[in-house]
Amino acid sequence: MYDLIVVGGGHAGCEAAHIAGVLGLKTALVTANKKNIADMPCNPSIGGTAKGIIVREIDALGGIMGKVADRTHFQIKMLNNGKGPAVRSLRAQADKVTYPKVMLEHLYNTPNLEIIEGMVEDLIVNNNKVEGVILNSGKKISSKAVILTTGTYLKANILIGSENTPGGPHGEERSNNLSDNLKKLGLDVQRLKTGTPPRIKKDSIDFSKMEEECGDNEYYTFSFDNPPFYKINEQQKCYLLYTNAKTHEIINNNLEKSAMYGGYVTGIGPRYCPSIEDKIVRFKDKERHQLFLEPESIYYDEWYLQGFSTSMPRDIQEQMVHSLSGLENAIITKYAYAIEYDALNPLEMKPSLENKIIENLFTAGQINGTSGYEEAAAQGLIAGINAHHKLKDLEPLILHRDEAYIGVLIDDLVTKGTKEPYRMLTSRAEFRLILRHDNADLRLREIGYNHHTIDEERYRLLKEKEAQINEVKNILRNNNLKLNEETKEIFTKKGLEIPTYSTSLYMLLKRPEMNMETLKELIPLDYKKEILEEVEIEVKYEGYIAKVYKEAEKMKKLEEKQIPKDIDYDDILNLASEARQKLKSIRPISIGQATRISGVNPSDIAILTVYLKKKYDK
Amino acid sequence: MNDTICAISTALGVGAISIIRVSGDEAISKVAKIFDGKNLLEVESHTIHYGHIVSDNEIIDEVLVTVLKAPKTYTKEDIVEINSHGGIATTKKVLEILIANGIRLADKGEFTKRAFLNGRIDLSQAEAVNSLIKSHTDLERKLALNTLSGKVSAKIRNVRQIIVELLANIEVNIDFPEYEDALEITLENLPPKLKEIKGELENLLEESKIGTIIENGIKVAIIGRPNVGKSSILNALLNKNKAIVTDIAGTTRDIVEGEIEIKGIALKFIDTAGIRKTEDLVEKIGVDKSLEMITESDLVILVLNNNEELTEEDKDLLLKIKDKTHIIFVNKNDLPTKLKLDEKEVVFGNTVSLDGLDDLKNKIVELFDLEQIESSNLDVVSSAREIGLIKESLESINNALNNVNKLLPVDMIAIDIKKAWDLLGEITGESYAEELLDTLFSEFCLGK
Repeated sequence: MYDLIVVGGGHAGCEAAHIAGVLGLKTALVTANKKNIADMPCNPSIGGTAKGIIVREIDALGGIMGKVADRTHFQIKMLNNGKGPAVRSLRAQADKVTYPKVMLEHLYNTPNLEIIEGMVEDLIVNNNKVEGVILNSGKKISSKAVILTTGTYLKANILIGSENTPGGPHGEERSNNLSDNLKKLGLDVQRLKTGTPPRIKKDSIDFSKMEEECGDNEYYTFSFDNPPFYKINEQQKCYLLYTNAKTHEIINNNLEKSAMYGGYVTGIGPRYCPSIEDKIVRFKDKERHQLFLEPESIYYDEWYLQGFSTSMPRDIQEQMVHSLSGLENAIITKYAYAIEYDALNPLEMKPSLENKIIENLFTAGQINGTSGYEEAAAQGLIAGINAHHKLKDLEPLILHRDEAYIGVLIDDLVTKGTKEPYRMLTSRAEFRLILRHDNADLRLREIGYNHHTIDEERYRLLKEKEAQINEVKNILRNNNLKLNEETKEIFTKKGLEIPTYSTSLYMLLKRPEMNMETLKELIPLDYKKEILEEVEIEVKYEGYIAKVYKEAEKMKKLEEKQIPKDIDYDDILNLASEARQKLKSIRPISIGQATRISGVNPSDIAILTVYLKKKYDK
Repeated sequence: MNDTICAISTALGVGAISIIRVSGDEAISKVAKIFDGKNLLEVESHTIHYGHIVSDNEIIDEVLVTVLKAPKTYTKEDIVEINSHGGIATTKKVLEILIANGIRLADKGEFTKRAFLNGRIDLSQAEAVNSLIKSHTDLERKLALNTLSGKVSAKIRNVRQIIVELLANIEVNIDFPEYEDALEITLENLPPKLKEIKGELENLLEESKIGTIIENGIKVAIIGRPNVGKSSILNALLNKNKAIVTDIAGTTRDIVEGEIEIKGIALKFIDTAGIRKTEDLVEKIGVDKSLEMITESDLVILVLNNNEELTEEDKDLLLKIKDKTHIIFVNKNDLPTKLKLDEKEVVFGNTVSLDGLDDLKNKIVELFDLEQIESSNLDVVSSAREIGLIKESLESINNALNNVNKLLPVDMIAIDIKKAWDLLGEITGESYAEELLDTLFSEFCLGK
């Protein structure tokens, strides 16, 4: 008898199983194939805009994705470095061979965790409470809670042209019955679609015709715990290339042969990650589209052609690839495909990621309608923590929209649902200025500590960091700029205008041309780079940061207005029928959450508020 | 949840007919109980019926009763309107009988609140209804009706659309930094776009001035030294003897208001106490008040005497109204001229023969471009709340422009732009702010 069974060994499953083990739950991770643990079936990278910040948040809360990525990437870049600090985000090219290996090592070293090979086809459910899983062999494994992280494996079909083959990514076996069985238990099942581009043999690529894309010359890590140790000069290059008129002509002439346009696809695909045929149909005027070639691993010679995902038949794919400059003689090692799979309706989850219909059943990752390794891992972590809390009778960990991208992600899923695979974007986070890459630990480590996922030592380090940040701020506040010859020379040397009057160094830092590097010459500041960087951001953008906190306060007030769990929406007269139906199915926990439900209008909120006041405020 | 409410929905004491409106689930059944005539429970919707209101077998009033069944009514609830003919006392009696029968007296603005809550009208429309009820002139009514039809909402949506397109572009730059598909918004190309938005908002505010004039009228302060004939001018314009006119300097101590209509616009006259440097305490209050009225008014009419030279006080007043829209009325043009004046907007006349009063009116029409207002299409913003939000929105855009100069990153500046967008959304009810409803509905007068 296990406390918890995690079904699936992808990015969500790994985080869930790891954190559950750390928290002391007797955990079994059931996966169809151990070799596929933490597999990266699509792009060979971890992070990206917004997603990189999620990886930092996972790390801040005690998860492992960041640590594994730090040890296994061969190129790392800070995206949006030229823009403001709020939107900076790390992306690493992770090695598809070593990433899963290192992840597996982590799992082997996780206490209380056992890994079992097997294909789960059904759940054991009694009185709407989950009590274990049933394998396709008929074997039953019982547990107090189950987390489903089945990725794209539920009734998956691989589509290439008019070919439709049942099966998961990499030709793996799919789960044939689990989604039907979930449907029988009363859950709402939807069909989604995603895709992946072709892989090209390295020796057949003429890189001289493409532009190089290099990693940064500065050390970065996802994890707050790991010191950087990669060899900065040995990063691998990626390459930029473009489609051309010939590519477009081939695609246009063969559109009806693609699975998408030939009408062979029933699932709904993501708008932000369209296939190349989609891009060409929707943006007719564009003469070319960007593509990137990225190595998948330094241990084999397959390259990933980012931006070229398609569901065309193989012969057309050959023509398309060969039309690209530098790929005239390319050998395709794996053809692009679209994949359709079953997913659940995330509106049927609580913000804790527990299912509303079946108690102690949690879900995380693509089964909840998301896309992306990072989004999956984040949910896995939260599901793992909350499965533990549920069994131990603790309050669930629910992150708010002003605390973490993870909070935005889950709130969006359980409040708005999704009709296409959901990807995190910075624009989904209305408070993104305070949800930064640099402050993920300052935002979340304490929360992790309170939820027992961050140990004493790491907590002590956090407190030390906070103290140092304050120290530096005080130094800057208490010291004025001395306008003597020596300082004037520093300004002149740097080509900066010499200030005409003395001011505190704190105020000086707010000037656009000032930075910590210059301040360090004016006053000794013997602190780590991350401390000085944090101070610089907090001081420079103080005004905007304060504005965002103020906005967040407003939202919090609405968040604090809890809606009683037993509210009967049929008892409220005058609600618009769409709003009533949405409120009944989503059952928001607060007025704040209710305001974010699409189809619930301000007048419905007003009616709801008046009702709550009348009924409960007597 | 919604009980049945009632209120007198016409202004008390005005007109021969008063209407009592009843709205709610029990509106028809409760009125049927006190109505002697057809059985109201059996009549068709949107029909009118003759009969009597009866209480304790006594006929209270002879009435026409209109039955309007949900949902095609103002509140989307059942509504009964009782047209009472008997004057204030009878109308109040009918209301008391309704209340005695378990119908609640409506709160301030409750009918409109219900119309809004039941999805009959949006916020902008709800505000317009309030203006409609309060409107005195035909133009005001026209303005209120325009807002109701959502023309103002459309204008604001248009500005929001411009803003949201800019925001979307910035977001694409951030979320897809390596893709060249979208124009990169930078500190260099941002200002022209911000200035475009700024221009749109300033236009809305400029137009709203017309709206304010139509809704609130033009406040006119008639000033001048004591005994130059201010009260006589006012009386002549109002055509009634409202202010006390004497020859003794300093007898007009109270602010007397009177209202006339020119080209559909209300002119609200304020007859200020004579301005004279004085030691008399009571009169001093009046004089202070007069100076205050200069600030509060939209138009100042300074009265001077043709047969006197400019005094120090006159010069002082001329200085005070320099930056204010003003007209100089030179009184007593029938007496020999001693006055030397270097002013633009001057009208000559006298209050004895009423000479020059039409010239004065024409001058007002000219200064405020009233002909143009009368013929304009009037889809302008006018409520104080809307103007306030547009001003705040403009401030946000100005902040954004400021921060471009401070070289702050574009994604930060986007916070100001987003704020401007949200504020405009509050006008059309597309962003949700809780305080909004309470503030809004407490503004409504009892009745509709």
